[in-house]
Amino acid sequence: MENKENITGSEALLRSLLNEGVDTIFGYPGGSIIPVYDALYDYKDRLNHVLMRHEQGATHAAQGYARVSGRVGVCFVTSGPGATNAITGIGDAMMDSTPMVVVAGQVGASALGTDAFQEIDVIGITSPITKWSYQIRKAEDIAWAVARAFYIAKSGRPGPVVLDFTKNAQLERVDYVPQKCNFIRSYQPVPDMDKEKIEQAAALINNAKKPLALVGQGVILGGAEQELKFFLEKADIPAAYTLLGESAMESDYPLNRGMLGMHGNVAPNMKTNECDVLIAIGMRFDDRVTGKLATYAKQAKVIHFDIDPSEINKNVKADVAVLGNVKETLPLVSAKLKENSHKEWIASFDEYDKKEYDKVVSKELETEDGPIKMGEVVRKVSEAAANKAVLVTDVGQNQMMAARYFKFTQTRSVVTSGGLGTMGFGIPAAIGAKIAAPERTVCLFCGDGGFQMTMQELGTILQSEVGVKIILLDNEWLGMVRQWQELFWHERYSATLMKNPDFQGVANSYGIKSRRVTTREELAEGIAEMLSDNEAYLLVVNVEKKGLVLPMTPAGTDVTNIVLE
Amino acid sequence: MEKKLYTITIFSENTPGLLNQITIIFTRRQLNIETLSVSPSSIKGVHKYTISVCCDADMIEKVIKQIEKRIDVIRAFYNTDDELVYQEIALYKVSTEALLDGNLEAIIRKHNARILEVDRVYTIIEKTGHTEETKQLFDELNEFNVLQFVRSGRIAITKSPIERLTDYIAKRESRRKELEEKA
Repeated sequence: MENKENITGSEALLRSLLNEGVDTIFGYPGGSIIPVYDALYDYKDRLNHVLMRHEQGATHAAQGYARVSGRVGVCFVTSGPGATNAITGIGDAMMDSTPMVVVAGQVGASALGTDAFQEIDVIGITSPITKWSYQIRKAEDIAWAVARAFYIAKSGRPGPVVLDFTKNAQLERVDYVPQKCNFIRSYQPVPDMDKEKIEQAAALINNAKKPLALVGQGVILGGAEQELKFFLEKADIPAAYTLLGESAMESDYPLNRGMLGMHGNVAPNMKTNECDVLIAIGMRFDDRVTGKLATYAKQAKVIHFDIDPSEINKNVKADVAVLGNVKETLPLVSAKLKENSHKEWIASFDEYDKKEYDKVVSKELETEDGPIKMGEVVRKVSEAAANKAVLVTDVGQNQMMAARYFKFTQTRSVVTSGGLGTMGFGIPAAIGAKIAAPERTVCLFCGDGGFQMTMQELGTILQSEVGVKIILLDNEWLGMVRQWQELFWHERYSATLMKNPDFQGVANSYGIKSRRVTTREELAEGIAEMLSDNEAYLLVVNVEKKGLVLPMTPAGTDVTNIVLE
Repeated sequence: MEKKLYTITIFSENTPGLLNQITIIFTRRQLNIETLSVSPSSIKGVHKYTISVCCDADMIEKVIKQIEKRIDVIRAFYNTDDELVYQEIALYKVSTEALLDGNLEAIIRKHNARILEVDRVYTIIEKTGHTEETKQLFDELNEFNVLQFVRSGRIAITKSPIERLTDYIAKRESRRKELEEKA
């Protein structure tokens, strides 16, 4: 080979990453990955390493980066606790189909299995929560394993990959030859397309009187936003989105009829049980979307578009399953669709919208006295950023309020922990999102609970000068659990009241500008100040202490049990 | 839904750690693996897992898809007993004294079992067959006190005239060539 070079395993790793187009790494050094960090010293001009404050933060930052950019997020962590700290983010990326490669240091191959210092069975721990995990025990495997890792992480239904990299392999010298991977015999990322299913799907839709489309993250991951719109418009199909499908359609898109699920909009949830053909597009019928399966969309024929065959019939039986990447399958179905109009059906959503507006939305957004509502903060921030910002959320009430009231004009604008529901996701994910899209405003909504789970990452914001806008909705409660305790547990507020630190003092100690807003009058000014430059900012807003996220369909029940007030 | 015994056949690349990846799929769904056997297949480099498990039709579908989702699994199939030729092997250790005193010869003959080793103290008998058959022999031998008994996991071969794995591997190979030509 002409381009063969004799280098260390550590350098081979970095070269392999560059070969995959990596330019940013989120990480934290430690004993078993020092050789890689040493090699990194000479690659500083090509690989931007963001030093986090905890390995969990590194994984969430990589997730935020991946979700906004569509590229693979990359993390470096050390062995033992470094690797175990990364588990939450790896599990989160698995649940939310986020492409990520985590390189974990490992003790030398000769010490494996001896309970050596900072040795842990990373492959054993991570294999249930990764697409692939592999232990690199010799330097000659590096180029192959990295190429394979990236191919697996980003192809098909994306997900996390772990490379457990033993220290001897980092130190050994190897004749490095760059490799690419675009084929694995035992792995078919995109299943074979079945033309018959395309025909069947089109026929069902053409005969539908009351079709409803459910848009999931598959549309965003497949880059099929335009194909989706063409499909919806041709047959005039109203659509609703899952939490992770949010921003695939802009908020004001006429056929976009709102969010699905437990805290979603009334109309699309009710209409799920009224439609005659339910068209699921790149979504997985999570229990937070469906509620009680026994009464979910029983009247409808179900068409399920998905790239992952294991999602078909997992929760909801599909009458027609269209396997494949929606970017390819949607146009094939669209081509067979009759132009259609479902005016009356679509207009029938309005009544529910009005009901929700009167009972929920107006109270959240238009209240003039009393404490500040969470929803109004979200909407005001969204509008102040011209509805163009990237929304990052933590988990809980802040997340649901943000998803409900933030507005979107472009895709890949939501970064949230959907499947795993990881509190503490917010700050590090926002850091990754901002680094992926420095030109965009990144607004993080979090609660006082989640903020304190990963607030050490303010140190990353300080050191790497990451201009994220943090809006802390402070109600001094673990709000979502408190909400459940109020509604379902007889107001027995067990371990949900928070005594908080001086958040501004915390921000100040990290050199982050901040402001606390306690009255509605100051809110607009606070937001304007926050958005006035491209630097990090913490806006603490004292919100209603016992605010509720409504509507709410109680867990495990059907939408007829929806609570509006 | 009705529970049935299914035999799962998994063909995989020969990768370390894959057995663990497969078994946790069952554990997570609270499924008990009845038997498990791993061996090379007729195709070089391809390993074959034979797993029997009792569950309903919905569950077996889901489990198969989860197994196929593992990167190094080439294909996974499931069958019911009527679609398979299957066999197990059992070994029995009895005391030679019992063999000589009792009427063991007739039992061994009747069951088409065979003697593998005879020692002054013990005798080892082998029997291949279905679970019921090896169990039947156990019961009869146990009248004379079986000292040790072991039964293997089932191994199975499909009766179908179609070799789905071979076809799939051929398809993947042509896909590989297609990609190679493109590059």
